[in-house]
Amino acid sequence: MAFAPINKNYHDFFVVRDKDACINCQVCVRQCSYGVHFWDEARQCVRHDNTKCIGCHRCEALCPTQALLIQEKPSNFKANALWRPVFIKNIYKQADTGGVLLSGMGSPADIPVYWDNLLLDASQVTNPSIDPLREPMELRTFLGSKPTRLEFEETPEGPRVKTKLKPNIALNFPIMFSAMSFGSINFNLHIAMARAASELGTYYNTGEGGLHQSLYKYGKNTIVQVASGRFGVHRDYLNAGAAIEIKIGQGAKPGIGGHLPGEKINAKVSETRMVPIGSDAISPAPHHDIYSIEDLHQLIYALKEASEYKVPVSVKIAAVHNVAAIASGVVRAGADIVAIDGMRGGTGAAPAMIRDNVGIPIELALASVDQRLRDEGIRNNASIVAAGGTRCSADVVKAIALGADAVYIGTAALLAVGCTLCARCYTGKCPWGIATNDPYLAKRQNPDIAAKKMANLMKAWAHEIEEMLGGMGLNSIESLRGNRDKLRAVGLNQIELDTLGVKAAGR
Amino acid sequence: MKAPERYYDFQKDISGCGVFGVINTKRELIPGSMPIQAMCTMHDRGNGLGGGFAAYGIYPDHADKYAFHIMCETQEGLDSAEELIKKFFVIHESQPIPTKPTLAIKNPPIVWRFFLSAKQGGDRPKWRTNDEKDYVVNVIMHINKKTPAFVFSSGKNMGAFKGVGFPEDIAEFFRLDEYQGYIWTGHNRFPTNTPGWWGGAHPFTLLDWSIVHNGEISSYGINRRYLCEHDYECTLMTDTEVVAYEIDMLIRKHGLSLRMASWVFAPPFWDEIDRMPEEQRKAFEALRMVYGPALLNGPFAILVSDGTCLMGLNDRIKLRPLIVAESGSNVFMSSEESSIRDVCRELDTVWAPKAGEPVIVKLED
Repeated sequence: MAFAPINKNYHDFFVVRDKDACINCQVCVRQCSYGVHFWDEARQCVRHDNTKCIGCHRCEALCPTQALLIQEKPSNFKANALWRPVFIKNIYKQADTGGVLLSGMGSPADIPVYWDNLLLDASQVTNPSIDPLREPMELRTFLGSKPTRLEFEETPEGPRVKTKLKPNIALNFPIMFSAMSFGSINFNLHIAMARAASELGTYYNTGEGGLHQSLYKYGKNTIVQVASGRFGVHRDYLNAGAAIEIKIGQGAKPGIGGHLPGEKINAKVSETRMVPIGSDAISPAPHHDIYSIEDLHQLIYALKEASEYKVPVSVKIAAVHNVAAIASGVVRAGADIVAIDGMRGGTGAAPAMIRDNVGIPIELALASVDQRLRDEGIRNNASIVAAGGTRCSADVVKAIALGADAVYIGTAALLAVGCTLCARCYTGKCPWGIATNDPYLAKRQNPDIAAKKMANLMKAWAHEIEEMLGGMGLNSIESLRGNRDKLRAVGLNQIELDTLGVKAAGR
Repeated sequence: MKAPERYYDFQKDISGCGVFGVINTKRELIPGSMPIQAMCTMHDRGNGLGGGFAAYGIYPDHADKYAFHIMCETQEGLDSAEELIKKFFVIHESQPIPTKPTLAIKNPPIVWRFFLSAKQGGDRPKWRTNDEKDYVVNVIMHINKKTPAFVFSSGKNMGAFKGVGFPEDIAEFFRLDEYQGYIWTGHNRFPTNTPGWWGGAHPFTLLDWSIVHNGEISSYGINRRYLCEHDYECTLMTDTEVVAYEIDMLIRKHGLSLRMASWVFAPPFWDEIDRMPEEQRKAFEALRMVYGPALLNGPFAILVSDGTCLMGLNDRIKLRPLIVAESGSNVFMSSEESSIRDVCRELDTVWAPKAGEPVIVKLED
């Protein structure tokens, strides 16, 4: 056996091929963008190289005879509670390359998932649960600044409101598609998100890559993002959507910027982002015109001026240690919506160290921000959107009960179109045709089917939310929002309970 | 205001109930025996852990004074409340609330009443620039928080009488058959999870407002936090409290009409709003956007009065009974028609109000 470098020995996956079932059709060869499968001319059969497998399961899913099985390699290092395999393997990799460890999607690290410690309430006897199939069940949600009080005038036709309200966006479901830029994911998925959001009566966020001209027609259901790279930001863009979002930070990589490699910048990405074809698109870590809260105030109002105060302005921040104080400042600086992205949020590319070690979980961040804004009497000035690691409709319900007005889903939306969380988005070789602009791979996503799947997911969640809401004896989402009495916690300590503002189960 | 430490960790009482109310639109006085009898008919809607009445027009000789009803377990507690009251108010009269030893009422607290007027401007120890009602509300909250005594009634020419027991026993204890009023509300309580507490019985009152409530407010968790943002701290361990504070906030502070407030409590559904003419659609959309946290979700039938009217209101899908009946200048509202028929056999009209649609009966003057 020839000498193999150490990282070749300790790869993560291996391919099991059922020789009897395999018909050597080479589908796996064509599907794998990492070159795991290949045609062996000498032996006249399909063979594979386990070391290249990243565990995306594309070949397994597409194999017409179900001859393939992708498994985690069971070979174990000597057990060591400190030096877990991931650390060992990372060191081998870095010793080889001298580079920063890159990763994609949300953190797989074992950080407490507080959703799993929170349990929901249901009605028994003293109040009836409500059946959403027979009774109205209302999920309509408005995002934006609201006044503290209203003045009405009563006329024979009914009341008229005298108070002038600031612009709000209306959502049929308290869920939106999170910012995933065109470039980081391909055009087919941008069309899909735009269509799904339009069909559902909710919103998708362009991310920081601008908005392609052909998608302007979905503007009514679009939130346009302005990030530190200012890609694709111009007057028409700012007026193309229903809301503008300033991206300050991202939960997966708080404190650092972004880097879309030149290989992903094709003609369409180039014209949308307003950067040359093939050149890297680098988002600086901070906005270089925002070094302070007063600078943010200026940008918020610059954007409001540019959009003639017709749309709400959101500010997205990563959940970091002082998130409550920061969010309070952001609201006082004029944000109509604060989006908080927790540390389990996804990304197209982030240094693994940052992704797995920086920030705090969304549950704690959300709870402290909501409470802080209420304590300061400014909760009505801005809506709160929670993002980062929402896995199911129960997570959405829990987020709303903790105080969110709505949630952003990113990873869940990509899972809906086939993502298997292999976490190699940064390679641009996504075999599922999601995080890639390679036309050969990108065409694996049919925008019509993708739109349908995203819409289905959201509708399914909406049904489940209605069921849970009805079970609690509520028939309107606003009665759940911030209603932490509908939550109880198991297995948390007193400080966590205090931070979440949730009683222990049994109390 | 900033939420107090561990404000989330509260005990809340859940209860089912029976309610009764009557208003004479010509201000003719109705003897206490009538609401007492009506509540007796609905004896089985309670379990003896809470009963109470509110009556308007009972103190004509002190009609311009705040009538504070205070309860306290100990004389020392009551003294400390009196100390505070002396600082903030001018006391015109101070006396025990007349009671009668009743077999069914065990260990009643000391109940006392004061007829008061508020100190003005520089004479006040605190809250000098507040308008008078704000000032009175602040003092009430202050007494309830700082002393073991509890102010359970604070309006003018009205009073609440309540405690642990069946309503008929509470009525006997407070000698309510000796009072006459032009509006009465009564309440019979069926709490399911807390030992009875005298302060936790209905009616709940704040200034002239009184509320009796049958139901469970499932939105309590957010109503409570919303009120805290607006400086109302819920301390009474029961969901009805939020109705009282919301009424005070919406009507007195935000200047909404009682009709608008009832729409906050039980707003139209979106599909109805979407079909409204543009102006109304905008009005209701704004109402729900801004006052969503004040929506009372869950089953309820409430009777609300401020001494000038009586309002009955159901939740948006009518999950609790509420019947309204008229006879001459008397209008009755009750959980059960039987209780109305028992005190007034011949009725001009009887109907069950629609879900979420308030019935507001105003005095003729």
